[in-house]
Amino acid sequence: MNWIAIWVTVKLAALTALVLLIVGLPIAYWVSFSRRRWKFLVESVVALPLVLPPTVLGFYILVAIGPHSPLGRLYNELVGHPLPFTFEGLLLASILYSLPFAVQPFAAAFEQVDRRLIEASWTLGVSKPGTFFKLIVPLSKAGLLTGAVLSFAHTMGEFGVVLMVGGNLEGETRTVSIDIYDEVQALNYAGAAKTALFLLVVSYAILLLVYAVNRNVWAAWPQK
Amino acid sequence: MAAEISIDLVKTFPGRPPIRARIAYPVEASTVLILFGPSGSGKTTILRSVAGLEWPEEGIIQFVSRTWLDTASGVRVAPQDRHIGYMAQDYALFPTYTVAGNIGYGLHHLSAQDRNKRVDEMVELFQLRGLETAKPRELSGGQQQRVALARAVAPRPLLLLLDEPLSALDAPTRVHLRDELRSLLKQLALPSIIVTHDWTEALTLGDVMAVISAGNVLQVGPPIEVFSRPQNADVARVVGIETVVKGRVVGSSDGMVQVSVNGTRLTAVEGESAGPDVFVCIRSEDVVLERGQVTASSARNHLAGTVVSATVLGALAQVTIDCGFPLVAMVTRSTVEEFGLSSGVPVVAAIKAGSVHLVSRQSE
Repeated sequence: MNWIAIWVTVKLAALTALVLLIVGLPIAYWVSFSRRRWKFLVESVVALPLVLPPTVLGFYILVAIGPHSPLGRLYNELVGHPLPFTFEGLLLASILYSLPFAVQPFAAAFEQVDRRLIEASWTLGVSKPGTFFKLIVPLSKAGLLTGAVLSFAHTMGEFGVVLMVGGNLEGETRTVSIDIYDEVQALNYAGAAKTALFLLVVSYAILLLVYAVNRNVWAAWPQK
Repeated sequence: MAAEISIDLVKTFPGRPPIRARIAYPVEASTVLILFGPSGSGKTTILRSVAGLEWPEEGIIQFVSRTWLDTASGVRVAPQDRHIGYMAQDYALFPTYTVAGNIGYGLHHLSAQDRNKRVDEMVELFQLRGLETAKPRELSGGQQQRVALARAVAPRPLLLLLDEPLSALDAPTRVHLRDELRSLLKQLALPSIIVTHDWTEALTLGDVMAVISAGNVLQVGPPIEVFSRPQNADVARVVGIETVVKGRVVGSSDGMVQVSVNGTRLTAVEGESAGPDVFVCIRSEDVVLERGQVTASSARNHLAGTVVSATVLGALAQVTIDCGFPLVAMVTRSTVEEFGLSSGVPVVAAIKAGSVHLVSRQSE
């Protein structure tokens, strides 16, 4: 088994889940509490990675962070090397790719918090951010865990985006799914089988955890 | 400037009559304003606007020297900055916090030591000793109500707002807690606004009462005055009780209570825990008028009096009788003609004991 690939994958998945736990919260908060009429626009953008082929998403990310884009040039000037085909570039792509897997469970959980509890908190003098951390987050624990774990699991298994943005650099961007593909290309079925089984077992264990923690909370989008 | 609460607002909801409320009344340390009206009349919206949870399209809300809302000059004070205590109908206790955690939730500005001290005071005052570490779901309805009230009162608000504080309770608990709530409100010496559709609550708890119907404030005044002297037919219809007089319980036996109203004796069925001082409430439809010699009647009360006035309202007529206190009867127009009811005519009013409602009131 390619332990280096496994380490890269776990590191990538853990960092993606962590970043989404931070970045996803305000987005999910806005999605579930905003009364703007154009809210659906943001909702659909967040959900895009669910339906878009990973290669399409990967292609656009590649273009966006490439040396010809302002973002890519800025990164190059600040850090000294281009973003594509690096671990950091892959992390950025993974975050975007797994965004709905974090934001949707978060928003579903926030949506279920009784508005009267939030109002009670306000009348007790607690600010909106204070109410969020003291009341909404504890009440949404299961949804936050679901979102974090799902984005972790989803990143573990990504292939198309990695191929487009990360390439196949040992110890840097070669993830487990790429490794399996390589093994099969090299007709090393025994090696591929072992790594594939590893991925299957880990993914299944993660989903078991999610469903055990909250049997009925996980919904695709908030029901209302 | 005299201490006053002034509410003047317009709020519309799609598909419903707009709410246009104007209420202003002087406020003292423990003045209780009752917003009284049927469900859907807009009373909760008015309360929520005072709390800052609802934003009227137009209006001014002032409390003593503070302006909480003035749409004309763009003043919109957030609920966090109004220093109010608000209790929702279903209490909205925080399920992730214990009883002590709920009570201490609004005390974040205090040091841990002061906070614990204040929570302890509240636990004592609201008789929650022993329940400090319980979660809300483990509590009975009455206990939940006390925790919600303790939580609202703990940060020493300027004004207490209670939305149907007793409606989530079962009937026996409700009567018991109504009296308890009244003494608590007096003890706290905190002005409050209470929304209710229950006239017994309005009488027991209120110092001032605003009758609200279809988004409009129909009458503002002391409850006894609003009940016994409704300004117009709409108010009378909303409050539904025409005779409300002060009485005193003078004796009880066999489940019956004797009440004295200005010296006139009345018999009522012993019901809820009424103190010696009561409001005697009688619906006009429950009063039967008799003339001449009645040989037998199941009604326990026969009050001799004279007609003060008789007003014909379509097929019915409202007759006011002086029988030691003003009593309003609703009879048919044909009765008025047959009895020749007009000012000064002697008549006997019969009322069943079960139709004489006693509501406890504060002794003076």
